[in-house]
Amino acid sequence: MSDSSISTDMSHEITKHTEAVYVYEAPVRIWHWVNALAITVLCVTGYFIGAPLPTMPGDPSSSYLMGYIRFAHFASGYVLAVGMIGRIYWAFVGNHHAKQLFIPPITKEHIKGMIHEARWYAFMEKESVKCVGHNPLAQAAMFTMFVFGTFFMIITGFALYGEGAGMGSWQYEYFSAWVIPMFGASQDVHTFHHLGMWFLIIFIIAHVYASIREDIMSRQSMVSTMISGWRMFKDNRP
Amino acid sequence: MAKIETFYEVMRRQGITRRSFLKYCSLTAASLGLSPSFAPKIAHAMETKPRLPVLWLHGLECTCCSESFIRSAHPLAKDVILSMLSLDYDDTIMAAAGHQAEAIIEETITKYDGQFLLAVEGNAPLNQDGMSMIIAGKPFSEQLNRVSQHCKAIISWGSCASWGCVQAAAPNPTRAVPTHKHPGIANKPIIKVPGCPPIAEVMTAVIAYMITFEKIPELDRQGRPKMFYSQRIHDKCYRRPHFDAGQFVEEFDDEYARKGYCLYKVGCKGPTTYNACSTIRWNEGTSFPIQAGHGCIGCSEDGFWDKGSFYDRLSGIHQFGIESNADEVGGTAAAIVGGAVAVHAAASAIQRATSKTDQGDS
Repeated sequence: MSDSSISTDMSHEITKHTEAVYVYEAPVRIWHWVNALAITVLCVTGYFIGAPLPTMPGDPSSSYLMGYIRFAHFASGYVLAVGMIGRIYWAFVGNHHAKQLFIPPITKEHIKGMIHEARWYAFMEKESVKCVGHNPLAQAAMFTMFVFGTFFMIITGFALYGEGAGMGSWQYEYFSAWVIPMFGASQDVHTFHHLGMWFLIIFIIAHVYASIREDIMSRQSMVSTMISGWRMFKDNRP
Repeated sequence: MAKIETFYEVMRRQGITRRSFLKYCSLTAASLGLSPSFAPKIAHAMETKPRLPVLWLHGLECTCCSESFIRSAHPLAKDVILSMLSLDYDDTIMAAAGHQAEAIIEETITKYDGQFLLAVEGNAPLNQDGMSMIIAGKPFSEQLNRVSQHCKAIISWGSCASWGCVQAAAPNPTRAVPTHKHPGIANKPIIKVPGCPPIAEVMTAVIAYMITFEKIPELDRQGRPKMFYSQRIHDKCYRRPHFDAGQFVEEFDDEYARKGYCLYKVGCKGPTTYNACSTIRWNEGTSFPIQAGHGCIGCSEDGFWDKGSFYDRLSGIHQFGIESNADEVGGTAAAIVGGAVAVHAAASAIQRATSKTDQGDS
């Protein structure tokens, strides 16, 4: 990238740093791993709610398999939703990197950076950009896939939960009551909730792969940053 | 305005004893989910209030709503409410025919302007200037609009009038539209009573409620009476314990089907269908589809014809091929992305290896 890329502006994080920078504060790191666990449980249990395991033998009173699977799904759903609220709160009180997740990358410099990163992934650039927070392409994926996808799943998820909780429950009044008519029928909400799972799975594949690849090939640390909070840089060049 | 008979008078005129009448009031209170103290209130309303005239119009439909209605489990509901309706207009079962019958509509409009109920069975097609549904030489949509201007409230009987049902299923060649979407329909309250057909007791109870309390029943956001459509089939299904236990019919005619396990895996739409079948049941409480061993097809839901097979839980997503569903679309996309990642990883490794060799050379 050009030399002009040094900036303290939080929306543009391409940097000249050469030393380690403390990026992800403890609440963000804890949230990340709790969230990862919740999403994993949600995907597995959600899939088995849609396509249940083979029939259980014996008397119905002796097993409660679907009940437990659904319980795990609902409990993880609450963890995801409460975690998201906490994460939004931290975007206000945390350091400026905590805000980046919720900012759509739409400035000119973002787009320039995105093109550079896209070329880097296409083997057309020799070096990645150096970023303290997310690289511009990652920021775009985070916003359009993760943030949008998760909000979509939380809203449709509570709408479906409200169906079981019943009319009069807050889940029904605040979610089901408008989400179901918006999609047309309950069946459509189920279908889109199901598609949403695959949308997030695609994000996870790309996210895990890109983090590990960047950790090895880019100019900064990735995986360890989400554990320790510190971003390490591998070179002193801008 | 001519004096209108009360329900009680109509009943007595038909030879119904007071004892039977009071039984009917208790049964109605019970079916509406009201406490026993409401039975005398219903009786009082029936004795004192002039009966509510009802015009029952038929658009594009199969008459299953009428067929269901005349099989109401309470014989009195059938006799009383049906005879009350047939006094006015119901072209399937009324005695009058031709011009005589059509004159009844005009008579009702002039005599009871703004006081009668309009019950619509079926819906109106809009394409070809409505020529797919002609009543007395005119498109049904004209009759519907005209009568709706003069009624008190509209009841949309069945899925046709409520959502569109089979004649509105894709590609909807006649452009059949449900009552609330019909262009030019008067701005009157619309009560949707979906189902293909709706349950007879639900139909009679909705009318009984309006007679007794002189107001429309409480409706949900989609316009359905809450008392019958606030829960899913799944919520009150007698096979629900098998669902929670994870015991499913894997395919029809297997051992589990004989044991009466949950029909979820063979496509039961109970978890997405709002109706009262699992509590009120059909044919005087004899049975309902799930009890007979077949999954619910979701007939009271909007667009149930266009959601793919009746025997799959997941809806069809036709944009990706006629047989695909969410798992196939999502799974394929995930596999493509996964494959792309693997190829990219391999390419990255090769590039890294070659660039290291280059550095070593230089």
